[in-house]
Amino acid sequence: MLAKPRFKWLPMPYHSILLFVTWLLLNNTLAPGHLFLGSVLALGIPLLTSSLSKPQPALHKPMHTFRYALRVLGDIVTANLEVAIQVMGPIKNLNPGFFAVPLDLEGELPITLLASTVSLTPGTVSSEVSECRKFLYVHALTMKNEEELIQTIKQRYEAPLMEIFSC
Amino acid sequence: MLSWTVSLVTAMVAISLILNLWRLFAGPDLPDRLLALDTMYINSIALIILLGIWLGSALYFEAALLIAMLGFISTAALCKYLLRGDIIE
Amino acid sequence: MNFLLELIVSIFLLIGGIFILVGSIGLVRLPDFFMRLHAPTKATTLGMGGLLIASMILFTVRESGISVHELLITLFLFITAPVSAHMMAKTALHQKNKMIERTTGQELIERARQQKAPDVKSSLND
Repeated sequence: MLAKPRFKWLPMPYHSILLFVTWLLLNNTLAPGHLFLGSVLALGIPLLTSSLSKPQPALHKPMHTFRYALRVLGDIVTANLEVAIQVMGPIKNLNPGFFAVPLDLEGELPITLLASTVSLTPGTVSSEVSECRKFLYVHALTMKNEEELIQTIKQRYEAPLMEIFSC
Repeated sequence: MLSWTVSLVTAMVAISLILNLWRLFAGPDLPDRLLALDTMYINSIALIILLGIWLGSALYFEAALLIAMLGFISTAALCKYLLRGDIIE
Repeated sequence: MNFLLELIVSIFLLIGGIFILVGSIGLVRLPDFFMRLHAPTKATTLGMGGLLIASMILFTVRESGISVHELLITLFLFITAPVSAHMMAKTALHQKNKMIERTTGQELIERARQQKAPDVKSSLND
């Protein structure tokens, strides 16, 4: 199910919010002039560029994205600590592995988000997606149990993404 | 205390830059050198941020942002070149 | 107050510096490319996060007005780091970089290089 613009003058609402916030952060101010200039840019640029963008799957539960982002941030810290300890420890104990995760997600944006999350979090790097978009090839720094790792990825990261995009 | 810490952390970042340089020269294959370059640009952003803290000036922020953008784009372009022998298809 | 501020900023700076150093040591120490890829992408993003948080706290207190534009670099790095890691892993697969021998699942590499699905019989049922 693809996202449809609700208003004609606001073709990409999330991009508009992102542009507005980025403009304010770039200028590091809340002055009224910059608020005005930022909103002009946030409304104008999507109008000019919306014909270039590909249609993306609609967000069904936008509020769940915040929960997902918080969970990923927490996991980034713990995963980084784990990887740091593994890197400094003896190399002989590391058992790297290469495996394929079967994907239930559909669409390019959800798969990209899942691949980025997998790269950032649990000691794994996503290295290739199969052409049929059904398998994600992943390299793990150290792997005890392949099934367990696949289940972690599917339950902890893929399930919330499927809920957000409802596909 | 802060100046002491900033010098210490600058030394750490400098050591990591030297290690990256070693990997850049020694790396057995092209992707290794690419990875060393990618890490090097992130470490140089760290060095610029530390310079900004040391001099107490927020001016260096723009330089750091520019290096972040150009570094990512050059990594992506080099990867595309190694993958396909062409950058813009 | 001033001492407390300096303490907090110093702790964040030290965390950032240690993670950046660990990332670069991993880059030199680990034996093959795919393992080396883990150290910089993970450790360095958190290291930059620590440094930028320290800079944010320091400039907010010193210049009497919130300074949050460092968030932009943090956000940018967190978005681009996995993308560049994925592209470099793809490049290494394409260039036929060898993984060390004890890596499990090496039979999948050739399938991954051709962007095909893995052989269902050999990999999924066992």
